[in-house]
Amino acid sequence: MSDVRNREAIEAAARAAKYEWGFTSAVEQEFAPKGLNEDVVRFISAKKNEPEWMLDWRLKAYRAWLEMEEVTWAKLNIPPIDFQDAYYYAAPKAKPKLSSLDELDPEIRRTYEKLGIPIEEQKVLAGVEGAKKVAVDAVFDSVSVATTFREELKAAGVIFLSISEAIREHPELVRKYLGSVVPQRDNFYACLNSAVFSDGTFVYVPEGVRCPMELSTYFRINAENTGQFERTLIIADKGSYVSYLEGCTAPQRDENQLHAAVVELYAHEDAEIKYSTVQNWYPGDEQGRGGIYNFVTKRALCAGARSKVSWTQVETGSAITWKYPSCILKGEESVGEFYSVALTNNFQQADTGTKMIHLGSRSRSTIVSKGISAGKSNNTYRGLVRVLGNAEGVRNFTQCDSLLLGDQCGAHTVPYIEVRNPTAQIEHEATTSKISDDQLFYAMSRGLSQEDAVALIVNGFAREVLQQLPMEFAVEAQKLLGISLEGSVG
Amino acid sequence: MLKIDNLHAAVDGKPILKGISLAINAGEIHAIMGPNGSGKSTLAYVLAGRPGYEVTEGSVTFEGRDLLALEPHERAALGIFLGFQYPVEIPGVSTAQFLRTALNAQRSARGEAELSAGDFLRLARAQADALALPQEMMKRAVNVGFSGGEKKRGEMVQMGLLDPALAILDETDSGLDIDALRVVGEGINRIMRKPDKAVLLITHYQRLLDIVEPDFVHVLAGGRIVRSGGAELARELEREGYAELVA
Repeated sequence: MSDVRNREAIEAAARAAKYEWGFTSAVEQEFAPKGLNEDVVRFISAKKNEPEWMLDWRLKAYRAWLEMEEVTWAKLNIPPIDFQDAYYYAAPKAKPKLSSLDELDPEIRRTYEKLGIPIEEQKVLAGVEGAKKVAVDAVFDSVSVATTFREELKAAGVIFLSISEAIREHPELVRKYLGSVVPQRDNFYACLNSAVFSDGTFVYVPEGVRCPMELSTYFRINAENTGQFERTLIIADKGSYVSYLEGCTAPQRDENQLHAAVVELYAHEDAEIKYSTVQNWYPGDEQGRGGIYNFVTKRALCAGARSKVSWTQVETGSAITWKYPSCILKGEESVGEFYSVALTNNFQQADTGTKMIHLGSRSRSTIVSKGISAGKSNNTYRGLVRVLGNAEGVRNFTQCDSLLLGDQCGAHTVPYIEVRNPTAQIEHEATTSKISDDQLFYAMSRGLSQEDAVALIVNGFAREVLQQLPMEFAVEAQKLLGISLEGSVG
Repeated sequence: MLKIDNLHAAVDGKPILKGISLAINAGEIHAIMGPNGSGKSTLAYVLAGRPGYEVTEGSVTFEGRDLLALEPHERAALGIFLGFQYPVEIPGVSTAQFLRTALNAQRSARGEAELSAGDFLRLARAQADALALPQEMMKRAVNVGFSGGEKKRGEMVQMGLLDPALAILDETDSGLDIDALRVVGEGINRIMRKPDKAVLLITHYQRLLDIVEPDFVHVLAGGRIVRSGGAELARELEREGYAELVA
């Protein structure tokens, strides 16, 4: 990774915000040395007080990773990444401490306001000193609500912890399921993550339990600064249900350029997992400088009969997105769903989609992908529907729509369909359209500014996906689509 | 209210309007008639501010303000409404959401408070009822899957909700059967026939003017107003055609 560029950016940001970087020597020791080797993996594991088996698991991944190669099949132009020129533990990730919101980059501040984020919450997002407690109040009404929330989950038997905590407190569960959906050697980035994952989320919902609330990283203690190599593991036992929200609509900056997360979902018989993501990492500037590389492996195993997993994602951030939330539909009559909005502007690149692997008879899948391209960006849907020979009566419906703004962007659809059983019914629909001048003028003649008109039309285009999101999230996501397209027309 | 002075306009460099002058006062309904290609729709688009319709000479003021300096949405907020000959489809956006967003954008541009969802729905229901459109239409995507008649009645629902000072109606009667024509015509009278409002009605046919009686009729030909008169001029045109005027 181009750490030099990162350093420069950090220093520039530091100068601009006029804050003291302020790492004390004590903090300095929390860093693993730059680069990646077995000692660094051991250091990470030791820092987290991990048991021996966890260290062994990481080391095995590290050794496998050394023999693997980066992914090159995506329609992405990825600059070479020097994996030895990066920090893998406690990289300088403390957000700059601001003493008030006035010190925040006015552009970010403006975006917060447009999103309608309450002032106190803005302070937390911006890292204003001393804001945390107040903001917890603001978000949850009071600290006690957060406490009530944890107690309620406990009463229901739901385990909701950081993955580091779970490794210590529920080693038998983590050991059983970690890597069971995404094997270490699955791909280059997943393997790297397996060796060096920083932190992430663990959820276990016991048999027959309907999780009493939407789970969100937002609620999780220690949720901050786990972005770089995040690891998430969600297990829904027989007949249980859980809905999980990941991410945040507020623009998130991070000095780590490479993000390689792994998410594993495991659904037992009759269980259902709904996983929603809003991703708004820093996309780089209008000239395409900077921005996060988001290389994510997300996969669900619908292991039991009639199990169901639904992925919903709204992807507006990151300079490069490489992400295919997938379902292995092993259980009979299991159901996989993928609803996606991917928006790219300026020089952003996204290659995203899904894989639906039908192993179980009468398993069904639905794919709805909405790609929006603006500026000089490139947006690719890449999807695989595979039906194995002994899976009878499988059904799939796929709809891929692309919307273009302007004439310098690209939209690409790459569907792979592999069917080895003649009883399968597979449908694929695809459209490509542009926002027409007629639509823009019609909306403007009714009183909408050009930006609002674009936002309205784009939201209409993405509606089928947005309505899959939990209500509060959907409202924010709608605003986000509009903001992400500002200045892209006219 | 509206003052057009020696207006010249071009599309793709081709002159279409060649010196139009027209004054419309509050309380008046003006009909513009004329053969195809005479510049009627161009005039409507220029007044509403459509991009690509370039004004090359002349001026337009609305309530004393230079209209040509304003963006389309700013003109809308001032109280100008364009009824489209071919209303545009916006998939995925419900009619209710579209209109509420538009109305509140106009209100906030004028420094007025935004309408709540409840207040808006009450207003919208009343307008839909008055135009004999089912309430359910509000939930459907803007103009998507609407019949020709529904689209035109939908335009009148929008006009009723937005409550403009000046309505420019571009062939609102085209594609309507006799019953729908009556509903739409009565809608225009109900919403716009008021002392503080005015209408510029673009039409080919006398039948709409039988319902919405104009105070003035202008004949547009070759980008100029070639004749003006009262309601009787329209009846004369209906009998004798444009041939003599255009020649």
